Amino acid sequence: MKRLFRTFATVALLAGSAALAHAQQITEIKIGTEGAYPPFNNLNAKGELEGFEIDYVNALCAKMKVKCTWVAQDWDGIIPALLTKKYDVIAAGMNATDERKKRVDFTTVYSRTPISFIAGKSVTSPDISPAALKGKNIGAQGSTIHANYLEKYYKDSNIKLYPTQEEANLDLKNGRLDYVIADKLALNDFVSGQGKDCCKFVADIKRDPAIHGPGVAMAVRKEDTALRDMLSKAIEESIKDGTHKKVADKWFTISILAD
Amino acid sequence: MEQLLLLLSWGDKGWGDELAAGAAITISLALATLPFGLAFGLVIALMHRANSKILRGIATIYTTIFRGLPELLTLYLVYFGLQIGIQKTWAAFGLPGRLDMPAFVAGMIALGLVLAAFSSEVWVGALNSISRGQREGAFALGLSKRQTFRFVILPQLFRVALPGLGNNWMVLLKETSLVSVIALPDLMFWTGRANVVTKEPFLFFGVACLIYLLFSVSSAAGLSALERRFSRGFAAGGRR
Amino acid sequence: MKWCEYPGYWLGVEAIQNYGCRMFTGLGLTLQLVTISVGLGAIFGLALAIVRLYGPKPIGMIVTGYTTFFRGTPLLAQVFLVYYGGGQFRPTLETLGLWTFFRDAFFCAAFTFTLNTAAYQAEVFRGAIQSVAKGQWEAAEALGMHRFPLFLKVILPQALMVALRPLGNELVIMVKSSAVASLVTLYDLMGATRLAFARSFDLSVYFFAAALYLLIVETIRRVWDMAERRLTRHLHHA
Repeated sequence: MKRLFRTFATVALLAGSAALAHAQQITEIKIGTEGAYPPFNNLNAKGELEGFEIDYVNALCAKMKVKCTWVAQDWDGIIPALLTKKYDVIAAGMNATDERKKRVDFTTVYSRTPISFIAGKSVTSPDISPAALKGKNIGAQGSTIHANYLEKYYKDSNIKLYPTQEEANLDLKNGRLDYVIADKLALNDFVSGQGKDCCKFVADIKRDPAIHGPGVAMAVRKEDTALRDMLSKAIEESIKDGTHKKVADKWFTISILAD
Repeated sequence: MEQLLLLLSWGDKGWGDELAAGAAITISLALATLPFGLAFGLVIALMHRANSKILRGIATIYTTIFRGLPELLTLYLVYFGLQIGIQKTWAAFGLPGRLDMPAFVAGMIALGLVLAAFSSEVWVGALNSISRGQREGAFALGLSKRQTFRFVILPQLFRVALPGLGNNWMVLLKETSLVSVIALPDLMFWTGRANVVTKEPFLFFGVACLIYLLFSVSSAAGLSALERRFSRGFAAGGRR
Repeated sequence: MKWCEYPGYWLGVEAIQNYGCRMFTGLGLTLQLVTISVGLGAIFGLALAIVRLYGPKPIGMIVTGYTTFFRGTPLLAQVFLVYYGGGQFRPTLETLGLWTFFRDAFFCAAFTFTLNTAAYQAEVFRGAIQSVAKGQWEAAEALGMHRFPLFLKVILPQALMVALRPLGNELVIMVKSSAVASLVTLYDLMGATRLAFARSFDLSVYFFAAALYLLIVETIRRVWDMAERRLTRHLHHA
């Protein structure tokens, strides 16, 4: 009986210290991203992940001297998968909203861009008020701040939600949608690329802090405070020493830390 | 036309290699699920025919649920639910690190549970078709219950169950397309990616359909051959 | 509190109460979608079966090709093919005046589901018609009946009784398969559930959806079983 108790105590102690040691020394991080939100993150024809976030976070990892591996995940399941420890960090153009903060913690913001409506070239009026868009088909990606924004303000329009941003863009091109709302930068990738002939920017919206949050940040589990602080520190340093700007300039034509 | 063929090519520019990798995942998922689903289905079938009311009740509830739920829903429930369940159990034991559930395993379990429910029906029908005389004869020869099952019942079972199980396989092949929603990179997943990147849906979904069709038709041919082999030496009624 | 909020309230689950109404609306859409598709699919499927059995051989081969394609490929792939392919061929569809139909997601889904279930039902009808003994044809012809009324009054009723069971199965399968409509922007029950989970992260919304689906499926099964037993009651006493 005594022997059993001693063995049990030793094992528990070892397990506990292993857990502690694991928490103190972060040498490896797994990062989850969507892979369907260019130019932030995308899966190219080679089957690889590419984009601003991939380059930026890899640069941060080099700075922090940590090994980083990437995992692609569908958007709907991205937070649940974080919570079940499929990966440790989410870097997927995710805005740090209050609703999400109930479930996860966020690092410092590393991107804050305008949010815009795009439409087909035949649309002339820059009016994007709910009254003007009454009865129109507006598309957005599901489970995003844009979807929430539409639901709150554009109740009289036909809101259509898609599993990915690109499918929404495709339906705008096809003419199934009249408008699409998303991050200006993600839309820019479409409008200057494949949407060149069909679509154009209409107007930017005013950010609603309750829905939109302060900007795009990385999400971590609530208990991983050390990881969050390490990442936040690295982000702040990279903004100060110009690494952030260098990577951003490679992917974007406008500043991504706008106010 | 050339442009379209280029999109399907192998290598960096084309999506051909991704589609092929996806097709490989589709087939391997179906093949991995098959033994697990069929074996579990046989267990459920045996429970259906058990003497205990409790076992029969459990079997009935199981088949009602998994034949009644949409496969997409079962997939989401398994994917999210099992993950959370495993994580909580792991944490309860205070173990460090992680145990995550790869999408492949989640797909396998979800599809396997559904396959078990449907195949149990087939197994029950097959079990019912084996006349009592077979068991009595085996008993008279002194075979134990286990030996009877292994050497007398099971071989005959396969022959009778094959058409029904063959149908189950065909359905399974097509159901694997649903795992694309949990980002498992099967054929449907890569086709969807190729679609949004190249904006050529008809080409890619058409090719995907043709690949699935290829799988279906070859499976059907294979199953016919299997049925013929299993019926060797068995004089079917009314064959005149 | 609206009627649709009550189940969540009684269960004490906030997420179900908040999104219950949307899920019930989704349920309505699911039922609409399935009724239209299976209904139209039955008519189309029966026509296909008749053409395959009694029409000229080349047309029969086309029908076989059709059924092989729609039974051999996943419904998900078919839905995407129609939905996104329709968008791709917009100019052609516009000239044909069909774009207003293919523009609508509900139409695309209903259209694809109809084609899909028609293929399965065609096979069911074909098997059922073939199962009616040849003697029935011969006796009716001996009585001087012409082909068309013969088929309608003698063969078809008997065939339908054989077909009843598998058709019921097909209806149930269609209810379950309709869940893929949520992937092309339709707010059927599955779509509403996914929305609810995305906002609340509460797994119980999926369980609630499961309960609703089971409710529909079991109801259909039992009603169908009763109908089948009643319509074939003269056969059971043999």
